Amino acid sequence: MAKMTLDQLRKLREEKKQDLTRREVEGKEIQVIVGMGTCGIAAGAKQTFDEIVKAVEEYGLGKDVIIRQTGCMGLCYVEPTVEVVMPGMPTVIYGKMTADAAKELVRKHLVEKTLLENHIFDRPAVDIVKK
Amino acid sequence: MAYKNFILVCGGTGCESSRADEIYQNLVREAEAQGVKNDVQVVKTGCFGFCEKGPIVKVLPSESFYVEVKPEDAKEIIAEQVVKGREVKRLLYKKDAKAAENVKVEDIEFYQKQFRIVLRNCGVINPENIDEYIARDGYAALEKVLFQMKPEDVINELKISGLRGRGGAGFPTWRKWEFSRVPQADQKYVVCNADEGDPGAYMDRSTIEGDPHSVIEAMTICGKTIGATKGYVYIRAEYPLAIDRLKIAIQQAHDYGLLGKNILGSGFDFDLEIRLGAGAFVCGEETALLQSVEGKRGMPIPRPPFPAVKGLWGKPTVINNVETWANIPVIINKGGAWFAKIGTETSKGTKVFALTGKINNSGLVEVPMGTTLREIIFDIGGGIKGGKKFKGAQTGGPSGGIITADYLDTPIDYESLTALGSMMGSGGLIVMDEDDCVVNISKFYMEFCVDESCGKCAPCRVGTNQMHAILEKITDGKGTREDLDKLKKIGMAMKKAALCGLGQTAPNPTLSTLKYFEKDYLEHIDERKCVAGKCKKLVVFEIDPAKCIGCGLCARRCPVNCITGEKKQAHVIDKMKCIKCGECYNACKFGAIVKK
Amino acid sequence: MVNAKINGIPVQVAEGTTILDAAKKVDVKIPTLCYSPDLSPWAACGICVVKVEKNPKMLRACCTPIEEGMSVITHDPEIVATRKTVIELILSTHPDDCLQCPRNQDCELQRLAADFGIREQPFDKRLRNLPVDDSSGSLIVNAEKCVRCGRCVTVCQQMQNVWAIEFLGRGEKMRIAPAADVKLGDSPCIRCGQCSAHCPVGAIYENDQTREVWDNLMKEGPEAKKCVVQIAPAVRVALGEAFGLPPGTNLTKKIYAALRRLGFDAIFDTNFAADLTIMEEGTEFVKRFAKGEGQLPLITSCCPAWVDYMQKYYPDMIPNFSTAKSPQQMMGAMIKTYWAGKAGVDPANIYSVSVMPCTAKKYENGRDKSMWSSGHKDVDVTLTTRELARMIKQAGIDLLNLPDEEADSPLGPYTGAGTIFGATGGVMEAALRTAYTLVTGEELKDVNFTGVRGISGIKEARVNIKGTEVRVAVAHQMGNIAQVLEEVRKARAEGKETPWHFIEVMACRGGCIGGGGQPYGCTDEVRKQRMRGIYDDDERQTYRCSHHNPLIKQVYQEFLGEPCGHKSHELLHTHYEEKPLYLK
Repeated sequence: MAKMTLDQLRKLREEKKQDLTRREVEGKEIQVIVGMGTCGIAAGAKQTFDEIVKAVEEYGLGKDVIIRQTGCMGLCYVEPTVEVVMPGMPTVIYGKMTADAAKELVRKHLVEKTLLENHIFDRPAVDIVKK
Repeated sequence: MAYKNFILVCGGTGCESSRADEIYQNLVREAEAQGVKNDVQVVKTGCFGFCEKGPIVKVLPSESFYVEVKPEDAKEIIAEQVVKGREVKRLLYKKDAKAAENVKVEDIEFYQKQFRIVLRNCGVINPENIDEYIARDGYAALEKVLFQMKPEDVINELKISGLRGRGGAGFPTWRKWEFSRVPQADQKYVVCNADEGDPGAYMDRSTIEGDPHSVIEAMTICGKTIGATKGYVYIRAEYPLAIDRLKIAIQQAHDYGLLGKNILGSGFDFDLEIRLGAGAFVCGEETALLQSVEGKRGMPIPRPPFPAVKGLWGKPTVINNVETWANIPVIINKGGAWFAKIGTETSKGTKVFALTGKINNSGLVEVPMGTTLREIIFDIGGGIKGGKKFKGAQTGGPSGGIITADYLDTPIDYESLTALGSMMGSGGLIVMDEDDCVVNISKFYMEFCVDESCGKCAPCRVGTNQMHAILEKITDGKGTREDLDKLKKIGMAMKKAALCGLGQTAPNPTLSTLKYFEKDYLEHIDERKCVAGKCKKLVVFEIDPAKCIGCGLCARRCPVNCITGEKKQAHVIDKMKCIKCGECYNACKFGAIVKK
Repeated sequence: MVNAKINGIPVQVAEGTTILDAAKKVDVKIPTLCYSPDLSPWAACGICVVKVEKNPKMLRACCTPIEEGMSVITHDPEIVATRKTVIELILSTHPDDCLQCPRNQDCELQRLAADFGIREQPFDKRLRNLPVDDSSGSLIVNAEKCVRCGRCVTVCQQMQNVWAIEFLGRGEKMRIAPAADVKLGDSPCIRCGQCSAHCPVGAIYENDQTREVWDNLMKEGPEAKKCVVQIAPAVRVALGEAFGLPPGTNLTKKIYAALRRLGFDAIFDTNFAADLTIMEEGTEFVKRFAKGEGQLPLITSCCPAWVDYMQKYYPDMIPNFSTAKSPQQMMGAMIKTYWAGKAGVDPANIYSVSVMPCTAKKYENGRDKSMWSSGHKDVDVTLTTRELARMIKQAGIDLLNLPDEEADSPLGPYTGAGTIFGATGGVMEAALRTAYTLVTGEELKDVNFTGVRGISGIKEARVNIKGTEVRVAVAHQMGNIAQVLEEVRKARAEGKETPWHFIEVMACRGGCIGGGGQPYGCTDEVRKQRMRGIYDDDERQTYRCSHHNPLIKQVYQEFLGEPCGHKSHELLHTHYEEKPLYLK
């Protein structure tokens, strides 16, 4: 991207903001977001990420799912953490998402549309940007 | 198959013990009984925190937040919420008993215990994608500063906000900026201190890893305000991921024209360079850090002159730490007045803590200034691991002190912590329970300071060494009461005569424990005893013959073969040979090994 | 001006004055250890802490500027107790062998301990058992005794720009040593000895060679040698400080007497050799300047630390260096040739001692082959002013009450030009006095070239020699040299005319009077007083130009022939070669 002017920046921001509210990125409806801070990676987040990629392919969900990374969600005691955003399901954060658990996550949450037992955690804070 | 409702039952330790499991069973049974099995999924979750109001049940997507739920409530929840689609009003969280109406979930106090300004984007955006930062008002503050605000306005906004440096001492940020803005100079600098070094602290690392652009934007804002065109981020080489993300972010900002020449066509130039620190703790001290950036040995130099007036290469230099920087764009966007509403009289905004130690929910928490330790530890942190007794909380790392149970309800801000003999420090918060020995912990911190003292000034160089030697004497069971006076004497001299913050605060862990836990020191000295069993030389392992079944596991585990006994007969430890490694204690399945 | 109060006493000082200096003004002495008036404050020791009203912290007086309205307390029970604890802490890492220490009774730490009435050591001794580095031959580093005040490092890096010494290690393991922990003798050290002159304790000191000199003085029978001694210009105005006299007191004739009592067979004066140097170097300058033989600028070479620095840092300047030896070495050569012949002594049987204000001279006397120009080592051993003071004390000589005596002839009598070699600008001034005559054939009416005198780091002057302008520069204190030489290099690179024709360089601040081997406690105040002593000596002399010295004329007539002649070249000139910064 070439260097921007003020107007271009503002335009870009509006576009991207709408993307956020549409909850749809690059035409894909389901977002799986893996916490990839040092704490997450140390707890195996890279393996988790790879496993999710693999499982999504296995279930043929590649065209609907985008897998993203983010920083530390603050829940270091239950790393690795994965957030799932998809239509028809509440947005939840899963903790202790080892590679094995990740596979189950794809099957249950994405395919069977049920929540995983014992893995849901919460980020107990208001989003000051959205608010 | 898709569920209409999801019922989340908190499965944290606190809620478990208050019958969460029964609630879960009842909900599942009721769903089946009332014929809505396919409409609702009941799920057990991890700890939500807020344990004092447990057990907690949350229903999605309505976001109904039920507190103090009893197993008998299951029937009503299913009947009302799932069958009729109505909330069970009486179970909803209310601010207090009198409040007639329930409050919206995001207004629940608990959800406001954490208030994320610094961490607003951490765990939300992809840190390697500048677009996601921009989408969340990223670089909007820079826009304002470049095109709408005068430098004086920016400083005034900071002044109104009351923001103080998050690196430890809490110097008002606006004053630093103003000191650098006023003098004329051919060059000025902006520096980010990302040399986080307190044991147990990782707020800055996580912030850069999760939201690098917030620091870049803030530094650019400062550059414009004070008239600097060059910035340095001084970051520990031990933070490779943070460095990578920062590099990517700087590159992306460059590509977009948000760094470099003529930013957004404003005519303002600003560039950032990364400098890697080799991990010396003292390089977190601002003057030592600047020496290190200049390529010199990282040693503090006397202030005044302060870096804001005479910093890098003798030029006016604003140096703030990562957390301070991350606050800036929000203050510009939302206004200083908005920010000033958060926090206490003297300390505005929030503070990020790295909550670790004997705590159930360790992690990064961001709370408004003025939050009490009790709220952080017991509400957000989910209490002490294994239900043990809280002994103390260490704040401020090797510069801080240990706060006792008596002060759990003190609202935390810069002043209150200093008054307790501790300090805010950068935000490490280590929780200790009854199994921790404060004398041993003081020794640990002093050892850290011995290793990390740069050696320049005598009070710190020799003082840390002598204090450590005395602490070692005490934990070895060779201490005398006179030694306590010597600790205080050296500690006071260091506080007064050491050159930099590291040396002035190095005695804090020892002095504060001497004040609040004198009993523990006296036990070590008079009774030659470490109740917590952490001071190896004072611990004796014995086998309780009544409990020992003679399985021999301990004897097999013992690395020095000091446990003997016939099979199926009570074994004995040879105390002369025992090296007190604790292997037997951990191995025994019958609780027969006693630590005295 | 700033108005403030110190212990309630009003004080008015210039803006930027430190609390320490302001306190001095109202007769309040704040104790210090790492502070030296010569250096920018390093602020390490923490002994000068004071309280400032409304400030919860204690501040370091050495580096805190006093501010308008400040109210400072320098002494109260808490401050004194803090200082005392810090001293006790420092002592807990310092060896207790004061009685065997070279700094015994002249040690700043010892003085502090005495002033604070330290009677016990509350903390356990924590020594490090570090080895002594005696590789340099001039200076000994005993890091065990180091209190890590940082003075030597600041001197070496900031003042001298040599960068031989650095801090290694951290915390209690921090120690002073050359970078990469090589031996001092293998480091870029130029042996100027400023580190030793600034060390407050016995951590860096001159290589004491008095025992060797005593041995030679005491020898009897066939083993005994003729012991001959020379004293440098700067020694005479500083030695008195070791005997309680004010700096600048001229003790020339008492020193001659004392040396005789010590047992020396002949007493000569390096000032005579300085006159000789002027004859040679002055002639060399005239050759280069007036006749175009050789490169300009001509740069003086009598300072051995400077020669070493040039060989290491500025080897491209070698062709600009005067090939004339230093006065010490000229005197050494003359003693073992001219004087030996005259006195009928076998030069092999002469033991030649020099007394110098300088530690680098200990190295110079064996620097290269040309220091054996007589066929023997021209100067056998060099003592510093500090060592001579000790010898006089050991011998029970009541220096101050000795009757005046004269030096021996012919290598004793000197002119004012010879004596001013001891101060910065002196060589230049002495050379100009003679060069003027050499160029014009006329005598100067006024021999004083005051433009090259004084303490400022770089001095420039333009001298009119009958219509021809000579541009000269004088630099002293090694850290000031780069600026001068860089300009010469720049002009050369740009093909421009050299900015100066003649440059004098001395490694130590103030010249030799501020040398690294002089009595301790040198400050600019002391330097100025010593300079005063030097210029007073100059004015007292019958002859003030080297070429007027009748004995110099005699030496050329009888022995050397003409300046820069064949014999001179053999005995009085040397050569230089590039040297690596690190030997290994």
